[in-house]
Amino acid sequence: MSPLWQLTLARLREFYREPAALFWVYGFPLVLALALGLAFREQPVPAAPVDVQTDPSDPAATEKLREVLAADPGLKVAVHDAATAKQRLRTSKTDLVVIPGPGGSAAEFVYDSTRTEGVLARNAVDRVLVRAANPSFPTPPEATVSEPGSRYIDFLIPGLLGINLLAGGLFGVGFAVGDLRVRKLLKRFAATPMRRSDFLVSLMLSRLVFTLLDVLLLLGFAYLAFDIRVRGSPLALAVLIAAGGAAFAGLGLLIGSRAKTLETVAGLVNALLLPMYVLSGVFFSASRFPEEVQPFIRLLPLTAVNDGLRAVMNDGAGFEAIGYPLLVVAVWGGLSFAIALRIFRWR
Amino acid sequence: MTPAIRVRGLVKTYPGKPPVEAVRGLDLDVAAGECFALLGPNGAGKTTTLEIVEGLLDPTAGEVEVLGLRWNADAAAIRRRIGISLQETRLSDKLTVRETVTLFRSFYPSGPTPAEAIAAVGLEEKARTYTDKLSGGQRQRLAVATALAGDPELLFLDEPTTGLDPQSRRQLWDVIRSVKGRGRTVVLTTHYMDEAERLCDRVAVVDHGKVIALGTPAELIARVGGEHVIDLDFDPTSTARPAPGEFEKLPTVTSVRSEGDRVTLTAAEPHRALPAVLDLVRAAGAMVAGLTTRTATLEDVFVTLTGRHLRDNEA
Ligand SMILES: Nc1ncnc2c1ncn2[C@@H]1O[C@H](COP(=O)(O)OP(=O)(O)O)[C@@H](O)[C@H]1O
Ligand SMILES: [Mg+2]
Repeated sequence: MSPLWQLTLARLREFYREPAALFWVYGFPLVLALALGLAFREQPVPAAPVDVQTDPSDPAATEKLREVLAADPGLKVAVHDAATAKQRLRTSKTDLVVIPGPGGSAAEFVYDSTRTEGVLARNAVDRVLVRAANPSFPTPPEATVSEPGSRYIDFLIPGLLGINLLAGGLFGVGFAVGDLRVRKLLKRFAATPMRRSDFLVSLMLSRLVFTLLDVLLLLGFAYLAFDIRVRGSPLALAVLIAAGGAAFAGLGLLIGSRAKTLETVAGLVNALLLPMYVLSGVFFSASRFPEEVQPFIRLLPLTAVNDGLRAVMNDGAGFEAIGYPLLVVAVWGGLSFAIALRIFRWR
Repeated sequence: MTPAIRVRGLVKTYPGKPPVEAVRGLDLDVAAGECFALLGPNGAGKTTTLEIVEGLLDPTAGEVEVLGLRWNADAAAIRRRIGISLQETRLSDKLTVRETVTLFRSFYPSGPTPAEAIAAVGLEEKARTYTDKLSGGQRQRLAVATALAGDPELLFLDEPTTGLDPQSRRQLWDVIRSVKGRGRTVVLTTHYMDEAERLCDRVAVVDHGKVIALGTPAELIARVGGEHVIDLDFDPTSTARPAPGEFEKLPTVTSVRSEGDRVTLTAAEPHRALPAVLDLVRAAGAMVAGLTTRTATLEDVFVTLTGRHLRDNEA
């Protein structure tokens, strides 16, 4: 009947007896991973839609051009009059409008030069026409490669793992503590001889159990649904997850250390969660942000964790890759715990 | 013998604009083994006083000794020896009664088994029930069971029966009596005068942060000048009434209180006072709608001392 065990058990029971909470914590990330994984499935590059504009004065030239272009599997050719073709270009239904010249040549390309698709279609059509005019030009053989760990879902899963760790720490500890305070249970506990350290350690232990489940579920799901494996050191991965989870639990404790209402907790959680959601490379790479803000982004704990997770899971790295992430989360976690314990309010 | 509680010159001012003087110089002595009630209306400062004594709030000024110990020196020792039920605690919804009591029991070095603590409050049949499925009275008894988990010498109960139906209140009173029967000290707050009267050896009447009367229920009632109360209700349509001063001169009448159509008299000997009252009414030509006699209660004590009722909704 040790108090530490009883307190931990109480937290676990309170959690798993709330089915709604179970879904949002464990079910929802899986649904999200599945949806995004399917939406961004690897697909062959689709054929570029290209319109040949009819030339009423020379139907033969129009037909000849259509024939030449349609022979290339990379193009999807349609024939339209000038007005329709222009309209289709404006609404991105076609990437390029080709105006026929004499004898199956092109007189003019019309496209939007700021759209990647337009430029690609222009290049593709140009290449087909040049090759058609020079049949003897040599064609080099092609070898395609597909790097493992380079799909979008490979990028996404470590990001989801990271944001789950963060959200779990902030909600699982911050909200739990805020809720106990609102219900006056913290005060009730403080009136007993309960050791304060037992209470705080029980929060961490229950987080550890939830995190373990969360990680195993997500990684197991990623393996089964998308054949995603940990390519680097599993031990390094475990160490990084444990350190990140502990640091985020510390942030959660800091958030919950004084809040008197759950609204305050929710506000603080969002203030931390949302910026990192966007900046820390969960759904797209953080390197897309301007160079000037990169040093700041690299200091965010979630960026560090995500970078480390990706290095180990996708690039096959080991402990050498998680030194910087460990340093960042150690500083964040250490400071959070130190401040939280100092300002913690029991009533 | 060490007193269970000794409080001197207790002051608590909550900071704010304006600051709230919740407790303004309060003294308290509770002997070991007695049941002691703080009786007073809402906002009188009962909870504030109790939480300072329980070590949950710091006083602005004053001395507090609990079981002969002081909070700044022996907090851990005091916590092991007291049990507490706060005015409002929402225990974890999704824990059963047994799990909740087991959790609290684990905080104390010694005490009853969880099953014994549950039996002490008569919740055996609900041991496996989640706390959010308990009635208000059962929840309150569970709160008492958690307070009993360390077999405390001193039990604090803040408004244990507020909002409960009469049957639940009586069940809780039985629990409190059995605790007291085992020689423990019980300190409770209430704004029900019958609770203080039936349950407690001594009562401190608290108003505006001060003890305005202290004694056994019988002593306090005697102090309002007689155990007997005559409530005289005039017909609302009758305007001819004797002046309150005229009632005061009647034989054995010790106090007169006039409120709307009702005049309440306390009298030492109702058999002598009553005929005189009726004569006076008749002489003034007043119409009487009703007349009752009853024994005085702590409610009468409070009204006599403050001119107000304990609970706002009582006319
Ligand atoms: N935390 C607080 N901050 C400011 N004022 C408070 C606080 N707690 C209680 N009070 C005020 O102190 C007075 C006494 O309150 P309380 O001790 O709860 O009375 P009781 O328990 O007798 O109803 C009330 O006027 C109440 O509004
Ligand atoms: Mg109160």
